[in-house]
Amino acid sequence: MTPTVLESLNSALHTAMEKDERVFVLGEDILDPYGGAFKVTRGLSTKFPDRVLTTPISEAGIVGVSNGMALRGLHPVTEIMFGDFVTLIADQIVNHAAKFRWMYNDQVRVPLVIRTPMGGRRGYGPTHSQSLEKLFLGVPGLKVVAPNTLGDPAELLLSAISDEDPVLFIEHKLLYTRPLLEVGKGDLVDWIITRSEGEFPTFTLHGPYAPALTFATYGYNFELVRQAANELMLDHEIFTDIILFSQLSPFKLDPLFDSLNRTHRLLTVEEGGLTLGWGAEVTARAAEIGIPGLKVGRVAARDLPIANSKKLEDAILPSQVDILQAALALLNK
Amino acid sequence: MVSSSLQRIQWTAGVGYNFVRMTEDLQLYRTMLLIRRFEERLLDEFSTGRLGGTTHAYIGQEAGAAGIFSELSTEDVVFSNHRCHGHFLAYGGDPYRLAAELMGKATGLVGGRGGSQHIHWRNFYSNGIQGGIVPVATGMALAEKAKGSGQIVTAFLGDGTLGEGAVYESLNIASLWSLPILYVVENNRYAQTTPVSLAVAGSIPARFNAFGIKTWECDSTDVREIVPVARGAIRFVRESIHPAGLILNTYRFAAHSKGDDVRDPQEIAGYKLKDPLTIHASRLPESEITKLNDEAASVIENAFMQAAADPFPELEGPSRL
Repeated sequence: MTPTVLESLNSALHTAMEKDERVFVLGEDILDPYGGAFKVTRGLSTKFPDRVLTTPISEAGIVGVSNGMALRGLHPVTEIMFGDFVTLIADQIVNHAAKFRWMYNDQVRVPLVIRTPMGGRRGYGPTHSQSLEKLFLGVPGLKVVAPNTLGDPAELLLSAISDEDPVLFIEHKLLYTRPLLEVGKGDLVDWIITRSEGEFPTFTLHGPYAPALTFATYGYNFELVRQAANELMLDHEIFTDIILFSQLSPFKLDPLFDSLNRTHRLLTVEEGGLTLGWGAEVTARAAEIGIPGLKVGRVAARDLPIANSKKLEDAILPSQVDILQAALALLNK
Repeated sequence: MVSSSLQRIQWTAGVGYNFVRMTEDLQLYRTMLLIRRFEERLLDEFSTGRLGGTTHAYIGQEAGAAGIFSELSTEDVVFSNHRCHGHFLAYGGDPYRLAAELMGKATGLVGGRGGSQHIHWRNFYSNGIQGGIVPVATGMALAEKAKGSGQIVTAFLGDGTLGEGAVYESLNIASLWSLPILYVVENNRYAQTTPVSLAVAGSIPARFNAFGIKTWECDSTDVREIVPVARGAIRFVRESIHPAGLILNTYRFAAHSKGDDVRDPQEIAGYKLKDPLTIHASRLPESEITKLNDEAASVIENAFMQAAADPFPELEGPSRL
């Protein structure tokens, strides 16, 4: 059995703290035996009591403190308990962490990681279910990164921790319990997988025959896209490419463009709200690059708060069925 | 990148000339005078077209910076705010590099990217977000404590900053974790145009005391009165490795930035009777004051003329299209 995403991330934090005394972990309720609301920080405070700081409920304060620590040579990894609370740290990210290096003419570095669980489908309601990462895409000086079950989340987090610039690390809640995928096994058996260069890689999944459509996605929504793509293949004999991103921002879309030059059809899939989302920028850039006859579609959450009731939540967030139907519609365009 | 002018001017943090010995009283006056003349020149330069944008003059508050920096070590860390020129010059920063930054020149402190409110040199930082700098400075204190550097952090707040929630999150954390940081509140009695009576409820020291943070307070523009108070607060932070508050009740003679002054001219005139330079000058020999005036005039003339002649920066990286 492969480790889960949660186990993988937890092991990365242990490794980072063992390897480098400059690594500090901050967050609310992260001390053992509780070990954090989602247990990603479990065991750290027992092993590294001086470098694991449980904090008051002060998101702006603790991210600000982490900025200062990073400016003065430490490597803080700071947990925001729910991704919905990133609105409280927007000033510290946008006007401080992400700006310092450029604003001070490249004379400082801010090696800061802010980890936070995003996403719904657990019935947590309007303020504990959102995918707000789109608010931070395109902020100069900031990287936005999201793990998935195909890449190694531990490797991704360790790369974020050793990065000299601030990284917002988006963990979808439903990924935590998922085991990491093994290439060539399970529902990956029909796919040929390539990985781009770099620390926050993009994966290209090629179907066995000439693809008719390209999916672009990241994080948990890769789980839904993969199932939809397998259904297209098995039930409709339609083959696709899936481009799975680890780095959301800055946008690096070359593997996507390579695939679109074969398929000319792009379907972006994300869990954040549709308007001005990740997919909007991806499709705009694909259009700008001048792929002949490009047809595009976007699957995302409806532009509504996320309801508590499961029935309403399911209607608001994109499902595997939505993805399948959007793909079929796009193929008929 | 350290400017060659540094050697030329020989400002060094907090102690004035390397090669001129002078009494502490003269050094304090020299710092205040440099700030005053720099800010006056700066305000004048807006009419020459060499300066654009905005600025926040420290005129009237010079005794605060002079007093505090005379008690800090050159290795200590400083986080200042929008009204940072006085702090920077008292820290020992080079007026030429500051002038170049204000003019948006490539030779400026941060290559023209930051301007008046966003500068960095050695252990001096500033940013233009009210309140936002306070947790950052607090985290710096955590880092210095963790590294065992013995350096303390000084963060500059104004009375207006006290409206920001991040301040109180920071005070709570600094006290909980016993961090070596001095929070200086320069209460110049107005947040832009809003008097403290309309913006600050209750007591300023009580804000700190509620978090278990001791405060020192001074209600004077006399640098000789400020120095011992600052010394007490700084010594406490350094020796106990715990935060402290230093509240300096002061007054700015200039507008908040430019042309946004709605204060009663009679009130301003009243405070000008307590001009920190006039108060301190009365204690010093006239011949020395003349020398320091000549020096400040020449340093600032050189700084602004050299900066004016410097090139503007180029934007590097990929083009938009």
